Amino acid sequence: MEVIFILIAISLILAGSFLFLFFRAMKSGQFDDNHTPAIRILFDNEIKKKDKKVPSTKSK
Amino acid sequence: MFFRTEASKLYQMSNPTKIEPQKEISCCFHCGEECKDEILHFDGKEFCCSGCKLVYEVLNENDLCNYYDIAENPGLSQKAISTRDNRFDYLEDKDIVKKMVDFQNGDETHITFSIPLIHCASCIWLLENLHKLNPGIVSGRVDFLKKKVQVKYHQEKISLKELVKLLSGIGYEPAINLADVDKKNVQVTDKKLIYKLAVAGFCFGNMMLFSLPEYFAEAELLGEGFKKTFNYLNVMLALPVFFYAATDYFRSAWLSIRNWAVNMDVPIAIGIVTLFFYSLYDIFLLGNEGYMDTLGGLLFFLLIGKYYQQKTYDSLSFDRDYKSYFPVAVTKLIREEEEVIPLIKLNVGDIIKVRNEELIPADSILLEGEAFIDYSFVTGEEVPVVKKKGELIYAGGRQKRKAILLTVQKSPSQGYLTDLWNNDSFDKEKSTGLESLANRISGKFTFTVLLIALAALVFWVISGNASLGVLAFTSVLIITCPCALAMSTPFTLGNTLRVFGQGKFYLKNSHVIEKLAKIDTVVFDKTGTLTATDQASVKYFGEPLSLESKSLIKAMVNQSTHALSNRINSWLSDVRAVSLIQEVEEITGKGLRTIYKDQEIRLGSAEFVQAKIKDLPKGGNLVFFALEDTVLGYFFIQSGLRKGIEKVVSSIQENKAVHFLSGDQDHERENLKSVFGDQIQMNFNQGPSDKLLYIKNLNKNGAGTLMIGDGLNDAGALRESQVGVAITDKITNFSPASDAIMDASMIGKLPAFMDFTKTSRNIIKTSFGLSFSYNIVGIFFAVQGLVSPVFCAILMPISSISVVLFTTVATNYLAHKRGLKDKIW
Repeated sequence: MEVIFILIAISLILAGSFLFLFFRAMKSGQFDDNHTPAIRILFDNEIKKKDKKVPSTKSK
Repeated sequence: MFFRTEASKLYQMSNPTKIEPQKEISCCFHCGEECKDEILHFDGKEFCCSGCKLVYEVLNENDLCNYYDIAENPGLSQKAISTRDNRFDYLEDKDIVKKMVDFQNGDETHITFSIPLIHCASCIWLLENLHKLNPGIVSGRVDFLKKKVQVKYHQEKISLKELVKLLSGIGYEPAINLADVDKKNVQVTDKKLIYKLAVAGFCFGNMMLFSLPEYFAEAELLGEGFKKTFNYLNVMLALPVFFYAATDYFRSAWLSIRNWAVNMDVPIAIGIVTLFFYSLYDIFLLGNEGYMDTLGGLLFFLLIGKYYQQKTYDSLSFDRDYKSYFPVAVTKLIREEEEVIPLIKLNVGDIIKVRNEELIPADSILLEGEAFIDYSFVTGEEVPVVKKKGELIYAGGRQKRKAILLTVQKSPSQGYLTDLWNNDSFDKEKSTGLESLANRISGKFTFTVLLIALAALVFWVISGNASLGVLAFTSVLIITCPCALAMSTPFTLGNTLRVFGQGKFYLKNSHVIEKLAKIDTVVFDKTGTLTATDQASVKYFGEPLSLESKSLIKAMVNQSTHALSNRINSWLSDVRAVSLIQEVEEITGKGLRTIYKDQEIRLGSAEFVQAKIKDLPKGGNLVFFALEDTVLGYFFIQSGLRKGIEKVVSSIQENKAVHFLSGDQDHERENLKSVFGDQIQMNFNQGPSDKLLYIKNLNKNGAGTLMIGDGLNDAGALRESQVGVAITDKITNFSPASDAIMDASMIGKLPAFMDFTKTSRNIIKTSFGLSFSYNIVGIFFAVQGLVSPVFCAILMPISSISVVLFTTVATNYLAHKRGLKDKIW
């Protein structure tokens, strides 16, 4: 049954890292605008253009 | 391609004003509007004006014609756009640039523009491909709901002025106003609450897992060693909950106690502190399991309630003052030379030039030109006012037609209108006014609970069982921690807020609901609020009009965009216009003239047609109709009342006092009296500051005032009243600072909305009753020392969830029953 200690540690670390990731996503502004990205994804990529610049997803 | 059409479909619905293309009439390829006056051909496509064509040319050159594939006719008409070259010169001013940008380093600048014209998927696509138009631009990023675009650019390669010119050139001119440069109001939205909620949720979930063995204590799932470990882990997880997630409650409770009051957060804070410290004592000294999981759950539910209560409307702003409306720069004349200077640098005595569609930035005297001022944003009156040389023109009006020269009499912030914002009402925070229902009962609640807890303690100590006494004392405090009680208010108000929002009645925050429930005096602004420009009444006096003269008049007013012409036009809606050979000449501020069958026809002011009619009706605008030198008759045009407004006023009058305020002369008193009855207090000749004072006096006499207005001149009254509601025909348009914004089409439901705020209060009261009954059950066990952590862990969520369910169902069902909502969900 001692294996449960390891499992607890793993579960806490896993859950904690999700919390951390959520914090980071909040800070980077991922939740500031939840409407525009839904439209943005529908735009087709151009074929003829060679140097297509993908707009960065981060705000800063 | 499939996706493209999907995206375009999505946005056609949100853009109902667009004219559907018809086969026989050619429509502009850019904006989709009918090509009425001229058709420009370019590249095999048709355009309605050179502006639209120019935008197409720019996009075509840069290989950006995808723009036209995403949504059909995505552009907006460029007819009204000024093409003056030097109008962005103020963007060369370093101070202004510095105040506008978000971020700047040696290489890159970030700036956020507000572009009200953003309306479809094509707009997003084009604005996010700006880097293809100019290599100096790094990227553009659109926030569709806020109608904003953040542009990153290399300031060495493209200046701010060039950037704005470029945006304007493709049809997306940013709205830059005084508020953008006056002070940087970076809105830090309350992200802290979300962080706290996340922490509480994380800790609560894990604590529940670690406490699970305790819930089945009889089954002895694990050995003693595990039990201890789990308890210590719970303590560890409780630390962030107690020291981070709960801090708002401690602060609020402390502030309240320091002011000798007890708000809802005091019993909550007492409960949290007791839970935490008793659990520490229980775990470390007694070796028991403690109540940490309950603590985590409590905070998690409380914070969810707090979060639900907040509802923000991205596209609305509730705190605009005149600065969001005034321009940043103004054209100043220095020795016949034009120079564009920032408005902040404008001084008394300066000579300024105001062009077509530009705003008068300061109270000034007209020096030269024909002033034809539209004050619709200030007063709500759409018909422009004519001013003569030497007359004082108040700031806030918009000049129509030709440029005028003015000499500044007062600095922009000290004018007749803008002086309003120097009133001390604007300095102090608007009082939250009446104490909320929850806060009023929480005082009594806290004392009762403390009394019961002490009584239990004393009882057990006297009967010789001190440790049971301590247990009973803490149990009472823990079990009565008013989680359910504290949730009833935010959830009821949060639901009400959403119901109102669906009914196009947007409230600034949930406090407004509780304040609305206490209103006993309703004050209406007249122009633009009671009256509506599209409800004008047109009467004709004089020699009867033959069908021919009717169709002649129709043909003339067809050619004019003047507000009065539009009204006559809609009055003659079933008449067909004759075709005129001669052009219709519009003389600004006077009227229209044309030649028909070799006779001069004039339509306009008394002065223009030299009318000498006596006993003219007062209280409206007059338009005379003259053939050669004889005046045949005149139109009497009054702004009409909004549809259904009599019903609104009379149903409000049933249990509240109604007042009218108007900036006009009192010639309409009799007319209004006949419609609304004589129970209404009517006040005329009220300037912006008078309106504020009027409300102030009402408040002083103990009235709970609701002000309903629409223009900038009501801003003071809206601010001073308990609840200020701004009425607007288009929600995204400018509306003055207020507690609520209402779509003008929904004004008929105002009494229903006001009644519903009372219903909300009753729902809160009922759910208080519900949570009290849980508390009584809890106290019954607590005083006997029978409360266990498992008991707590079950009772607490049950009580909270049942209260949330009750308030949500009740609010939505009752709103549906009252007709405020189409569907229950």
